[in-house]
Amino acid sequence: MTFDLLLEVKDLHTYFELEEGTLKAVNGLSFAIKKNRTLGIVGESGCGKSVTAQSIMRIIPRKNSRLRGQILLHHDSGAVDIAQLDEDGDQMRDLRGREIAMIFQEPMTAFSPVHTVGNQIMEALFVHGETDKRAARERTITLLDEVGIPAPERRIDDYPFQLSGGMRQRSMIAMAIILNPRLLIADEPTTALDVTIQAQILRLMKRLQRENGMAIMFITHDLGVIANMADDVAVMYLGKIVEYGAARQIFKDPKHPYTKGLMRSIPKFGATEGVHLATIKGTVPVPLDPPDACPFASRCSEFIPGRCDAAMPEAVTVAPGHSVNCVLYE
Amino acid sequence: MSFSKYLLQRLLYAFLVLIAISFLIFMIVQLPRGDAVDRIVNARQAQGDIITEEEEAALRAQYGLDKPIYVQYLIWATQFARGNMGHSMLGIPVSKLIDERIAATVMLSVISLIATYAIAVPIGIYSATNQYSLGDYFWTFVGFIGLATPNFLLALILLFLFHKFFGLSIGGLYSPGVEEQPWSLAKALDLLNHLWIPIIVIVTAHTAGTIRTMRATLLDELGQQYVITARAKGVRYRRLLFKYPVRLALNPVVNSIGYILPRLISGQTIVAIVLNLPTLGPLLFSALLAEDVELAASILMIQSILAVIGVILGDVILSLYDPRIRMEKGVT
Amino acid sequence: MSTQSDEVGGAVPATGLSNMEERYYIASQQQLIWRRFKRHRLALISGLVLIIMYFLAFTYEFWSPYRAVTQHQGFVNTPPTPIHFFDSEGNFIGPFVYGLKYELNLDTFERVYTEDPDVIHRIRFFTRGEPYRFWGRWDMDLHFFDAGEGKVFLLGADGLGRDVLSRILAASRISLTIGLVGVFLSFFLGATLGGISGYYGGAVDILIMRVTEILSAIPQIPLWIALAAIVPIDWPVERTYFAITIILSTMTWTGLARAVRAKLLEMREHDYIVAAKIAGASDIRIIYEHLLPGYISFLIVNITIAIPGMILGETALSFLGLGIRPPAVSWGTLLEGAQNISNVALYPWLLTPALFVIATVLLFNFVGDGLRDAADPYKEL
Repeated sequence: MTFDLLLEVKDLHTYFELEEGTLKAVNGLSFAIKKNRTLGIVGESGCGKSVTAQSIMRIIPRKNSRLRGQILLHHDSGAVDIAQLDEDGDQMRDLRGREIAMIFQEPMTAFSPVHTVGNQIMEALFVHGETDKRAARERTITLLDEVGIPAPERRIDDYPFQLSGGMRQRSMIAMAIILNPRLLIADEPTTALDVTIQAQILRLMKRLQRENGMAIMFITHDLGVIANMADDVAVMYLGKIVEYGAARQIFKDPKHPYTKGLMRSIPKFGATEGVHLATIKGTVPVPLDPPDACPFASRCSEFIPGRCDAAMPEAVTVAPGHSVNCVLYE
Repeated sequence: MSFSKYLLQRLLYAFLVLIAISFLIFMIVQLPRGDAVDRIVNARQAQGDIITEEEEAALRAQYGLDKPIYVQYLIWATQFARGNMGHSMLGIPVSKLIDERIAATVMLSVISLIATYAIAVPIGIYSATNQYSLGDYFWTFVGFIGLATPNFLLALILLFLFHKFFGLSIGGLYSPGVEEQPWSLAKALDLLNHLWIPIIVIVTAHTAGTIRTMRATLLDELGQQYVITARAKGVRYRRLLFKYPVRLALNPVVNSIGYILPRLISGQTIVAIVLNLPTLGPLLFSALLAEDVELAASILMIQSILAVIGVILGDVILSLYDPRIRMEKGVT
Repeated sequence: MSTQSDEVGGAVPATGLSNMEERYYIASQQQLIWRRFKRHRLALISGLVLIIMYFLAFTYEFWSPYRAVTQHQGFVNTPPTPIHFFDSEGNFIGPFVYGLKYELNLDTFERVYTEDPDVIHRIRFFTRGEPYRFWGRWDMDLHFFDAGEGKVFLLGADGLGRDVLSRILAASRISLTIGLVGVFLSFFLGATLGGISGYYGGAVDILIMRVTEILSAIPQIPLWIALAAIVPIDWPVERTYFAITIILSTMTWTGLARAVRAKLLEMREHDYIVAAKIAGASDIRIIYEHLLPGYISFLIVNITIAIPGMILGETALSFLGLGIRPPAVSWGTLLEGAQNISNVALYPWLLTPALFVIATVLLFNFVGDGLRDAADPYKEL
């Protein structure tokens, strides 16, 4: 296995200009994704995970957005900076679906209800140059079979509302990987599913990664899923990465107070009765014109006045490949 | 349930509704006006004739007016169902008077419906995809005015403007003398030349309403997740727009066929009177004024039938258009 | 974008509850609706204009310079009278009108009116003019304005020499109120029957719903015409007024009844109603605290939306000569005179009542839109 760089995100900022001020959804993000590996991005809802994914795909749905920084997609022949491309241009469109594909949280709404799943799955083929309709249909049936849909030759003509939730998510995965993309972005792909289906879908994704050799960027708020899936983990809070490292390191030895808080809030099997599950006080604030400070300062139990609210802490390497942005380790 | 079964049920129900309507119409039109014999007697007495009691009774028996109301209704209804709509007071069979006008009414309604969508859908798409642009504001403004202007006033205003500025008379569907001619290219062109004014007048309000619906639903649909999915696949924006959100936004528009068709049939009544169109409306009006009872009842009945057919047509078209409804109704 | 939280700890939250937001959380539903409505500037202004129009309609005798039926001899088909402020030598003398001279155009046999610069009639305000009987009860003669010895027809005069403005003002009383009365009648019918239908369900529900289906399947305007044609011509004005109102209501109550029923059924299933029931709230409490507020705003919105249809219906019927009949005037009867298009081409001011109809409907639509938005509880402030 090679661990070559596939995607490098450097100092990414995605802002939304609102009447009330500037919403800094993604605020200075840097990370890298390697071939064949899975990067997990964890954080509470509202921390900017999905906007990060949409920024990489350049499909941010709001017109009043601003993007800054670099998103380098590496090829053998060099790198393309996605952040510099025209989001409606042919070059960007050509990357979408073929090089980078995405699966979404809600498989029901992610499909148009009035087109068959087959139609929507093969669309990517036609968009990227396939002209033979029969070949496209056969490819789709094979793929549906591969992702574990029984009787694919019949299911291909079903409408999304005729499929179960798990089936829909399998179809969406088929839709995403039909062109063998090099990077698959999965935005909370299992959140809307039952636990048993969840496990099936995760297993499917792992198998597909093994077979096709693609990199996965796995976005979730579920630490259990991350432990299961990710090689590397980035913990996000309010548009910033606060801790980054190999999954093993992060789970064994979390450093940032936020990561620690997240870990403590996972229910453990066989925990003593009567002991309350720990929570992090408060909720994620809205990053409207946020101060240049540690984003977690307002909720941190180890808040140090005059330091945490003075400047954004630099990344500190606490172990090889494990870094944390917190004054406690400076 | 198969689709044909669904359709059959639908038609059966419509038939029952129409029977109830026919009774209502009979009660509204026929009963309050005394009976035909009274009118004949009055008319002849006005001319100086003397009519004896026996003659009157004979007339009454001849018209079936000596029987109880429900028998009279049954006679009228069965005759109507057989296509025998009785005689107008002009002495002409009713069916002969209204056949041509039914055709004109249906033609005008269908063309108006098509025109409504042909105008409203593109404008709605434009307004939604260019939200808050100058064009969007312009069409919103036009839409408000269109909704607020009753079509017969619009007809009146157009009549006035054309008369004032072009010296044109825009009433009717044909130039004088053309209507009686057999069909020819010249007649068809003459018809087209006259048709567009009534069409504009009739469709304005519905067009304004449809633009608003189209704009609002398309704006909704544009924010849906499946739009993002399609973009993530690399689909070109224009292709995506028409394949997904426009297609879905058309749902309520298609749904409105069953609502707009009956309204077109109803709404053109007064326009037709103002513009002197050879449709059912003006004939109903003059029949009511002349107390021509059989004619008026027949016209009302036919308008109701057309309206009910319009509703069913709308339902059928929608179920063919939307797979969710199609599945529900078992069309395969 | 809300950031409510009551457990934000010692550190400073990024955004806290401002005073305004706090008031938002404790305001009652009516206050919220009113507050949202006020933000709709167009709807608010439209509402104010409508209130003024209704006020004018209720007191039109005072505002109109003449009685609606007075025929001014020698002023047949006069165009709108221009108001001047400066005389022919340029001296300011306040608002006034010139006397009118006319001569017969021998080609068209139409009267051609010209202003006589030697005869000046000042506009007088709060004057004693033509006597009238206010609300058909009190004898009065106070008018907002007139032109003394001269005549002022701000919107021209019709073919019988009657002042169009005075007629429009007088007509507004019937045209504006028939919408209100008709809507309340059909709402009474619709809300009662729809309520019964939704509350009892079963056979009653089925019966009422079938009746509404049958009625709404008949084309509305032809049925209106047929019903209005029954109204005897010799009925007095008041009776015709109510007959027309009832006719207009026959078709509109059905839609309302269905809406009310659907709303009731929907509200019954709402989680918050179920929650209130589980919490042990009494039926009466549920109805007054939870159902009624949502219901009343729903009714108000629908009433506002239904009024223009009524006004248009009356206008249409009167326009055809089947509604309000002379000597009573409504906007529709005024327009009846505008059916002869060559007449209107010569005297376009006869069409002005149409503008009042359109403006009224437009204003009601604006208010209705604003109310609908305001009553939507899920809309952001």
